[in-house]
Amino acid sequence: MADDMTPMIEIRDLSLAFPNPTAAEGRTVVLRDFNLSVAAGEFIAIVGASGVGKSTLLRVVADLVPPNSGTITHAPDGDTRGRRPYALVFQDARLLPWRTVRSNVAFGLEGLGLSRAERRRRAEEALALVGLADKAGRWPHQLSGGQRQRVAIARALAVDPDLLMMDEPFGALDAITRQALQDELLDLWRRTSKTILFVTHDIDEAVYLADRVILLAGTPATVRSEDRITAARPRGRDDSAARALATRIRDRLSDLMDGGGI
Amino acid sequence: MTSSPPLEQPGAGLPAPGKRIPPSVFLARPAKRHRGLWAALGVIAFLAMWEAVPRLGLVRPVLLPPPSAIPQAFIAEVRSGQWTDAIVHSLVHYAWGLVIGSVGGIAAGVVTGMSRRLEDLTSWVVRLLRPIPGLAWVPFAIIWFGVTPLAATFIIVLGVFWINYFAALGAVQAVDRDLLELADAFGHRSTIAKLFKIVLPAASGTILAGLRTGLGQAWMSVVAAELFGVPGLGQRMMQASSLLATDIVIVYMATMALFYGLVDMGFVALRDRLLRWKP
Repeated sequence: MADDMTPMIEIRDLSLAFPNPTAAEGRTVVLRDFNLSVAAGEFIAIVGASGVGKSTLLRVVADLVPPNSGTITHAPDGDTRGRRPYALVFQDARLLPWRTVRSNVAFGLEGLGLSRAERRRRAEEALALVGLADKAGRWPHQLSGGQRQRVAIARALAVDPDLLMMDEPFGALDAITRQALQDELLDLWRRTSKTILFVTHDIDEAVYLADRVILLAGTPATVRSEDRITAARPRGRDDSAARALATRIRDRLSDLMDGGGI
Repeated sequence: MTSSPPLEQPGAGLPAPGKRIPPSVFLARPAKRHRGLWAALGVIAFLAMWEAVPRLGLVRPVLLPPPSAIPQAFIAEVRSGQWTDAIVHSLVHYAWGLVIGSVGGIAAGVVTGMSRRLEDLTSWVVRLLRPIPGLAWVPFAIIWFGVTPLAATFIIVLGVFWINYFAALGAVQAVDRDLLELADAFGHRSTIAKLFKIVLPAASGTILAGLRTGLGQAWMSVVAAELFGVPGLGQRMMQASSLLATDIVIVYMATMALFYGLVDMGFVALRDRLLRWKP
């Protein structure tokens, strides 16, 4: 799936700094010279300690925060009508409590020039994808945490994005729900062949899900390692090769910490 | 004291399934079917005491007419046509004052809440104007509008405006930033889109609470605004009191209480419908 010649998203020399009057140069550099090529259909995980700038990176790619320098080129995948280039899933589901589940899923479809019936159809399609078709008329507060997060995923899939970005989407869930949703996400990825950029601090999760695992560390954050995983899915959670890779990444991270690299 | 406390067992504090919950658990919350009964009993006791005070000669009936005298006074007042007249006038003042004050207050509060600069710009003006009570504006109301319905409406508007302004301002400023980021992430980037998709629905609970306070405040202002001679319920009460027709004063007090109760009931029903998404 990751053998496309032209990348769908090309991130070049991206740097980001926040104004910080107490810092030496009057600003804190969060991210320096970040490069990444994402091929269509690829599942990329970005791992790193909390606060390293992983979430900020997603926000720059999603055009929520302007970068200080660098470029992001995006080659749209086919017809762009009725779609959005990016969609985000946050750590908290961030559903709008005054909207029904269906209407929450349709949130990103509004303003795209679709008819009400079309929006409804697409929202219900996305809900069916995450297995919540029967919850369309409910209020968010009537759902469990795992269901809410699935609605958030449906909301992102509904806009049929070229790139689906997920910011520690399962970080707030209990272990059992988390594993179930990881498997569900892999299944969704297989069925929709979406390109996914997945941020997590859980190295096991990254190794279980992704084609490529990118380790960010340091202040400012830079890419410290990149591993390609070719093991076929479904990968066992106790798969020895995956375990070994997870251990290697963890060792690198602790070496960096010991060496004052973080 | 000598025996050790029994070990805590899982589910020890809960009654066995199917077993009747002992009443002591609900000491703070009496059974629902008795609550209406107690409320009715309270009203009856209140009326009985009120009836007793003038009848036992503790207070002269002209100073405090007994409740049994009120229906008769009410019928006489309705027959003379004065009750309907006063009510219609007052309701017109009430409605206009409420609509203008609420819409103006909510609009000003929402706009100010969305703009830091506007908030800074208006903060001291607001601080100076807000504490001036509605009644203090009566001289200006008369100078500007004369003794007219417009003057009464103006006084009502002022009272209602501030309540709604502060409710809306606070509600808008308390809107979760994460939801605004969500709007950005899903393509709703304009201020107008954010206003209607995020800000107003998120603020609706507090704004509606402000509106409800305004519904009550407006009735108080109606009386105050009409005391200086604009036709309506307040004016009629002043006339009655100068003639020591205290039973008629009570007729209007009861009328106001009834109207307020009806309006508030209707509003609460509407609010619950609008906020049905709340857990």
